[in-house]
Amino acid sequence: MTGEVVLEIRGLRAGVGGVEILKGIDLTVRLGEVHAIMGPNGSGKSTLVNILAGKPDYEVLAGQVIYKGMDLLAMSPDERAREGIFLAFQYPVEVPGVRVREFLRTALDAIREHRGEEKLSVKEFNRLLQEKAREVGMGQDILRRNVNEGFSGGEKKRHEILQLLLLDPTLALLDETDSGLDIDALKVVAQGINRYRGPEKAVLLVTHYQRILNYVEPDHVHVLMDGRIVASGGRELALEVEAKGYEWLRQAVES
Amino acid sequence: MAQAPTTYETYVQQFRALEERLRLPTWLQERRREALGRFLSLGFPTARRGNEPWKYTDLRPLAATPFQEPPQEERIPSRLSLLPRSPGWDTVTVVAGATHSRHLRPDGAWVGDLRKALAEAPQALEEHLARYAIYHDDAFAALNTALFQDLVVVMVPPGIAVRRPLHVAFVAPDAPLPYAQYPRLLVLVGREARLILVESYLGLAPGPYMTDAVTEVFLGEGASLEHYRLLLEEGAYHIGLLRMRQERDAHLRSLFFGRGCRIGRNDVRVELDGPGGEAYLWGLYVTQGQEHLDNYINIDHIKPHCTSRLIYRGILDGSSHAIFGGTVYVRPGAVKTDAEQEDKNLLLSPEAEVDSKPSLEIYADDVKCGHGAAAGALAQDALFYMRSRGLDEATATLLLIKGFAAAVLDEVRLPRLRTFLEQATVAALPRLKALS
Repeated sequence: MTGEVVLEIRGLRAGVGGVEILKGIDLTVRLGEVHAIMGPNGSGKSTLVNILAGKPDYEVLAGQVIYKGMDLLAMSPDERAREGIFLAFQYPVEVPGVRVREFLRTALDAIREHRGEEKLSVKEFNRLLQEKAREVGMGQDILRRNVNEGFSGGEKKRHEILQLLLLDPTLALLDETDSGLDIDALKVVAQGINRYRGPEKAVLLVTHYQRILNYVEPDHVHVLMDGRIVASGGRELALEVEAKGYEWLRQAVES
Repeated sequence: MAQAPTTYETYVQQFRALEERLRLPTWLQERRREALGRFLSLGFPTARRGNEPWKYTDLRPLAATPFQEPPQEERIPSRLSLLPRSPGWDTVTVVAGATHSRHLRPDGAWVGDLRKALAEAPQALEEHLARYAIYHDDAFAALNTALFQDLVVVMVPPGIAVRRPLHVAFVAPDAPLPYAQYPRLLVLVGREARLILVESYLGLAPGPYMTDAVTEVFLGEGASLEHYRLLLEEGAYHIGLLRMRQERDAHLRSLFFGRGCRIGRNDVRVELDGPGGEAYLWGLYVTQGQEHLDNYINIDHIKPHCTSRLIYRGILDGSSHAIFGGTVYVRPGAVKTDAEQEDKNLLLSPEAEVDSKPSLEIYADDVKCGHGAAAGALAQDALFYMRSRGLDEATATLLLIKGFAAAVLDEVRLPRLRTFLEQATVAALPRLKALS
């Protein structure tokens, strides 16, 4: 239900290869909310969403993450996905020899089975896939290609949004889905996110730029610097960052 | 470098017994006697220094085994369900080197055993048999030539396109061990004729036994062959020789699928002996446990304007060992040669080992040649990507491996065979079989 806490991050410290990247993150996300997480390069934005999705390379040093009342950090990446967490990758990965259609069908089957829903028939699945592909402006030919292989940058990002719409998770983690897109592709991606969002959904939108927030209205904006959330606010915070740059915040925090 | 001759006494005795029994025409008996002599003087090759073709394969266990003559099986074993099948194919079954299905008359093609070939096509036999699998410097070609007791001859007359795929299945029966069998196949595709051929080797014995197989293929001018070769003999010492010669403008697609063996050798030589020839070779080898598979492939560009592609994939598990030794020769004058070769390996276990050695020997100018080799573990980032979409580790791993194999299996044009080979890939890897 709207307003219910879906994700609670408490004192999260984490790193990779002995280097601490997140130095104590606290964040509460409720159903119905879109949180934008902004920050300069290297601030830990991607690390945060990758840890939430369960990427194996990271070490959690301290803290807790509660998702739908469960200890998220104890769950495998695929359990998290089946429980409704979705990560749109900053750099979607090529999966040689595995066709988009087969991949997505296997994924949707796994998720539906976990939810206790019937598997879709081939016909139903194809219809659904076609509909979602149309919504993100992806051609049918791409569904026959290998996952992300030979996709342009824009195609990769649309493909991530297509998966978001198809798999219909509870919590969407969008890792710089807007970067590298021209304005038309950006609008398509933003439309996809807006189509997805709703009272039963939550979004963590990681971005380097303010631009996408012109199309996806956030409920909360957080600025992450050096592994800590240094400022939180509404839409106006993003505009302020856009106008003054991150250095302004760094100085404000340090003083 | 012959080994102790006493080890080979059994082969000499088998030769004499066959000479007595088969009563072959003089020309053939002469070739066999010569081949036996070559075998006795060459001996089984050993992985000694300087013996480059056998650098990675130690044949001492094979050389030390006194293999008996092939069992005389009257019946076709019932476990042939382990072979690919389709109602749309014609099948010839050969058990321990003796040909069954004698009366088969495939649409358009002439198919026969040794007796029938000697009676009905003696000239073709004399002209082509043992002409491509040269036995003077190859102990296994020599031993097979000396000791095969029967063979399968397939001939497609000029201009004929055979529509139904022909499946020649060589079966090693579950018989007292250790025995050796000498499967032999001769395929002659006439000028502008076409054939689809599936050649499979199935082992029903736990081993050890030896399969010393020789296939010779001659493609006439403008002929076209779609060829599949399946090695399904885990218990065997399997030495398989495939020798192909292509005349002008002949077109070859040849796809190898090999499960690992006790010791396996996929030894292929293609001679592009006329301008405009094309040879596309694919291979997928899947090994596990202690298995060993050695791919030794030579493509010889003799004439100008020929194209060749050699695309292999290996999936290795356990402490198995696979080898890819691919060499493309471009002879003097073979200008405008266009040749590429590539071998990629997926290592599912840290104990698995692959030696991948593609090489080029170019003696002509104005050619386009390239090669590449790679080996690596499953891509962890791809695995995470798939898992982040809800696929459990097992399913994601299975899809990734099937995807890796697809680079070769997508080239299989017979749908039943495609399905069979995908299943055989999974079945060859116990780790995956448990997952699927």
